[in-house]
Amino acid sequence: MASLEREQEVELARDLLAGNLEVFDRFVESFRTRLFQYSLLMCGQREDAEEVSQETLLKVFENLDQLREPEHVRSWVFRIAKNACLMKRRKSVFAPVRELSLDEFIPSMDHHGGERKLEIADWSALPDAQALRSELRNVLQEAISELPEIYKSVLLLRDVEELSTEEAAQVLDVSEDVVKTRLHRARLAVRQKLDQYLKVRVN
Amino acid sequence: MAEQTGKHFGSCKEIFAELSAYLDADLPPDACQEIDEHLSGCAPCVEFVNSLRRTVELCRGYEASSVPGPLTQEARGQLLVAFQQMLAAKKGSPPNRT
Repeated sequence: MASLEREQEVELARDLLAGNLEVFDRFVESFRTRLFQYSLLMCGQREDAEEVSQETLLKVFENLDQLREPEHVRSWVFRIAKNACLMKRRKSVFAPVRELSLDEFIPSMDHHGGERKLEIADWSALPDAQALRSELRNVLQEAISELPEIYKSVLLLRDVEELSTEEAAQVLDVSEDVVKTRLHRARLAVRQKLDQYLKVRVN
Repeated sequence: MAEQTGKHFGSCKEIFAELSAYLDADLPPDACQEIDEHLSGCAPCVEFVNSLRRTVELCRGYEASSVPGPLTQEARGQLLVAFQQMLAAKKGSPPNRT
């Protein structure tokens, strides 16, 4: 599904570059909700997210002739969005970055009856992604939005927007190794939040 | 997680740092094989990997609970003007403009 969406985006970008006005609205529609979702989690405020989406699209159209590789239109658009979010960020740029360490996510082990068992929730109780209940979606949204910014941006680009490691590294101006390290910590942090929710829900 | 002995990815803690790369099939084949071997004998790690895999799946299926308000005619008009001006500049510019 995701790859089909990306193929369609690439086609739309090619058509726009060729001057085809007919695909204008489809292009706006395909990116606007996506950009809003990303900006809402990055900026935290609905009004900011609305503004970032519009400012990003405006820059996209103003600079579309600089898009050299339409096949990377999604990462190109999100690079513009990332910069728009930075401009909108209300927190001080001097605020210290909170680093996540692997150790805080290692679950403890329960030994009983000679059997080793992790003290984690029963994940088989999770609904399928397609049928994601609204409660779980809210927990996931909260878990993502609570991530320190450097981790959140990687998780949103890699797992939500499904950019490649290389594309995410280009958007964020960091190395691919940094993307991989941050992604793993971000996933572990989100996993831990979901786990806490599931434990309470099951009991 | 439990500590086991091993020289490379032998212990639970050693594979812990590599699990996202493992799920993303982004490890060299030998490292991947070592993790597979570890998992084949470590039920707690399998359980953990499964929960991490589900986390990634949920993130991939994530859709925000709130959507943007409708695009106003004014906002659409701004975008359309920007697009048309970009096209006009592109047509009017010399082909090898830098």
